Amino acid sequence: MADFEIPKLTEFQLIPHTKDGVMAHSQPYVAKPEFQESLGFPGELVDNWEEKAVEKLGDLVKGSRALQVFLDACVKCGACTDKCHYYLGTSDPLNMPVARQDLLRKVYRRYFTFAGKYFPKLVGAVDMSKDVLDQWYSYYHQCSQCRRCSVFCPYGIDTAEISMAAREIMDEVGQGQKYCNEIIGKVFKIGNNLGLPEPALVDTLEGLEEDVLEDDGVAVKFPVDVEGADVLVVTPSADFFAEPHIDGLIGYAKVFHAAGINWTLSSYASEAANFGMFIGSHANMQKVSLRIREAAQQLGVKRIVFGECGHAWRVAYSFLNTLAGPFDFLDPNYPVPQHIIEVTHDLIQRGAITLDKSANDEHRVTYHDSCNVARASRMGNIPGGQFVLPREVIKASVNHYYDMAPETVRESTFCCGGGGGLLTDDLMELRVKGAQPRMNALQHVVDEYDVNYLAAICAICKSQFAKVMPYYDFPMDMIGSVHGLVSNAIQLGVKE
Amino acid sequence: MSALGTTYSILFSIATIVLVVGLVRRIMLYARTPAPLKIPTTPAPITRGGVAVRMLKEVTIFESLFKSNKWIWLFGWIFHFALLLAFFRHLRYAMSPDNPLFTLISLELVQTAGKYGGYAMLIGLIGLFGRRIFVDRVRYISAPSDYLMLLLLLGIAGSGLLMTFVSHTDIVALKAFVLGLMRLDWQPLPADPILLVHLSLVLILMVVFPISKLLHAPGVFFSPTRNQADDPREHRHGGEWADRMKAAGGQ
Repeated sequence: MADFEIPKLTEFQLIPHTKDGVMAHSQPYVAKPEFQESLGFPGELVDNWEEKAVEKLGDLVKGSRALQVFLDACVKCGACTDKCHYYLGTSDPLNMPVARQDLLRKVYRRYFTFAGKYFPKLVGAVDMSKDVLDQWYSYYHQCSQCRRCSVFCPYGIDTAEISMAAREIMDEVGQGQKYCNEIIGKVFKIGNNLGLPEPALVDTLEGLEEDVLEDDGVAVKFPVDVEGADVLVVTPSADFFAEPHIDGLIGYAKVFHAAGINWTLSSYASEAANFGMFIGSHANMQKVSLRIREAAQQLGVKRIVFGECGHAWRVAYSFLNTLAGPFDFLDPNYPVPQHIIEVTHDLIQRGAITLDKSANDEHRVTYHDSCNVARASRMGNIPGGQFVLPREVIKASVNHYYDMAPETVRESTFCCGGGGGLLTDDLMELRVKGAQPRMNALQHVVDEYDVNYLAAICAICKSQFAKVMPYYDFPMDMIGSVHGLVSNAIQLGVKE
Repeated sequence: MSALGTTYSILFSIATIVLVVGLVRRIMLYARTPAPLKIPTTPAPITRGGVAVRMLKEVTIFESLFKSNKWIWLFGWIFHFALLLAFFRHLRYAMSPDNPLFTLISLELVQTAGKYGGYAMLIGLIGLFGRRIFVDRVRYISAPSDYLMLLLLLGIAGSGLLMTFVSHTDIVALKAFVLGLMRLDWQPLPADPILLVHLSLVLILMVVFPISKLLHAPGVFFSPTRNQADDPREHRHGGEWADRMKAAGGQ
């Protein structure tokens, strides 16, 4: 099935011994010049790239307190060394968060610190070189920016910030990653990651209306570009396209239908994802974010609601107000933006929608906390609401719910293995190996509670799991949307 | 006035300037460097008061480290707490008896805790050193400077313990030297080899502090993942920066 060894599932999560260089070969395809240039980066490696890289590093550190503190403060205590799913799954020591950070830190030290300038060997500082760039390209594309290390670091050092900076530097010297940069290009050109143009989107949504009418006998609408709608829904384009994502979209539509909320999608901002974050480019991240503001203004909506997407929710919740705000033209009675889970949860609480749990009786469900939702955002008005609300929505929709082991959920959740701009076939080995800790935890609830449904609220998680679960002998249709469960259970036409 | 006293007085004066100026500059740098986006590691407190509590827990009980690894936490916490005890014990050598705090730090409890805290410090440091050598993951990430830092601290703790329990130095003369330093009225220093080793290592520590990983001490207070409140929807963070970027065409 694969030309690499698939990690074994174990009763307890084992911490492997280090095996030097076993993942050094893992590199994604380099972006072609046209895609580099469309994002404002040089097409290929520039002549004096060593110099440029160091200069860019200096600029980034000057502009980011996080980078400045993170590069200075690490004491190499080792607390993070067993926290990364890619280390646990691959045994490559450069996948230990601190070692990954050090790939950049050693260059920072060489050029920007007294000790590194005058005593490089003593503090492990090195010159910027082709070998260093190679290592950066390999190992900064083996970080899914999931922030698990940052939870456990005594100083909160977040490797995601460092890998974003490294990717930004590589883009700036002309060595960007194909997958991310092509996708951002498509968002600018067509409006979404999948490159689904407006007519195709309208077609798809009409098809969905017919499907739902046929299955449930209710005319649930999937409106697009409706001016004057109350709610603009921004969702990952995967929701328009493939199972199990699409069940989630059907779920949102049914929730709005049942609650009588007037909503619309936008063909201009037909994508919640913002890969600008993955490549650490504030400029691109802002440009992608502004589409949503423009769409909201153009359509004259009162609220913005995001669909099930992990990193999109981070950008939306944490950054949107900064990058594309202020949103004083929207209804101040609602947070901007809202998550679809918050909307559904609120409607359930108020009794505005009715759910029949028995409709999901065939499903024995567990829930995968997506990293960006868990460790970089919130839902509701209490810290940790991002753990509570999705579980309450699920539990309101199903009779059989079981959590995975506590050290693998909530703030300690393991990444699916495909986040952070790594969801590409050229990184398949990494994705399969990086999923091992999550698969381990899943196996336990399968053994103990006969769990047969892994619910997620992230398009990347869903795609990744559908792809890698078969490697671990789980059926690929085990992965589902949270709103897929809501969709099954919701009673339409009962309350108008 | 002995040459030894003069030499160490000069060295300590220089080291103090290096330490203070170095740290102040670094802290100013941390304070002035922008934090353009909200990046607290969530779940995070949603108020400033909550952030203060989170930070207090980080720096007193090392909350995140406790979650992470009980051995590193144990050794690390023992070491830092012993450092605090030793600091209080040493204050007596730098304080004139007229100082109102002198009675407090002269309490039997403070002095005894500081005395035996030295052993705790050794235990903590040896534990951390052991992990660096025996745990392959930690060995992998250790640079020579990481070992040297532990050796430096072991040297300071060890020489201190020797003076406390084996071969006492002339503490009255030492105190006169320290007070002289602070009053810019330099005094002789006892020519006791263990004391000189102890003081020399402390000098190195002071100079190295602002250019090494010891910056974790001020750094932790500036770490955005720990010191930001989780309120981006309620308060627009860094809007000026973002608006400037927008005006500049997203570049």
